[in-house]
Amino acid sequence: MRKIISQTEIEVNEEGYLTNFSQWTEEICECIADEQGICMTERHWEVIKYIQEKHNNDEPLSIRGIKKSGVIDIKEFYSLFPGGPLKKATMIAGIPKPKSCI
Amino acid sequence: MGKTKVRKMLFILSKATIENVYAAFIMANGARMEGIESEIFFTFFGLEAIQKKKLEHLHVATVGNPAMHIPTMLGGLPGVEALATKMMKKEMEKLDMPPVGEFLEILSDSGCRLWACKLAVDMFHLKEEDLIDEIEGILTIGDFYNRADEEGTQLLFI
Repeated sequence: MRKIISQTEIEVNEEGYLTNFSQWTEEICECIADEQGICMTERHWEVIKYIQEKHNNDEPLSIRGIKKSGVIDIKEFYSLFPGGPLKKATMIAGIPKPKSCI
Repeated sequence: MGKTKVRKMLFILSKATIENVYAAFIMANGARMEGIESEIFFTFFGLEAIQKKKLEHLHVATVGNPAMHIPTMLGGLPGVEALATKMMKKEMEKLDMPPVGEFLEILSDSGCRLWACKLAVDMFHLKEEDLIDEIEGILTIGDFYNRADEEGTQLLFI
């Protein structure tokens, strides 16, 4: 699926996740966040960078991993990305939705 | 809040075998991860999962559980339940499933609200200090039904 966002055409899947990370830019990131009702702050960026790094190292993302991350705790994670934090944060970060049940 | 029609999942956990406790925890956590509200009401043996002294010692049921593929007579022998539990916990750790205590912390931090059943607490002669700090209160079933009295709420008995 193609989608125009911040005057750029990007490839996304039916749920709206980028399928090609090379198309991800900070501008696109902010637009996706905005669509999710999230206004990016410095804290949001720190978390997005952290989960992108985990993804690049092929480390699975989970809520337990967030607890152990040392970057953010679960409570703040939920308050920064309300309504499904891992789902939203990965979408904003331009990486696939985690497939884990926990 | 998510865009789902299901807005709130309420779980009644009445058992303390590992497989039942984890079923409730995984579904309650999964709901929060989808932006759905979730709460767990611990009643009867489910209370074992929130007692400080007992929660890390829950077992898998080896008797009366045909899916274990152990003859019932064998399942009842001393040590079999402990062994089966150890094996199951090892498999769970491989999948990065947290132990019960840590899972309860995760649930509480995720905004899942945890309640104890008043009648069962009285029946087992428990005090508030026997229960983990994450328990928000001790409720009657009526109180719990009031929490369910909202559109898009589902109740599940485990």
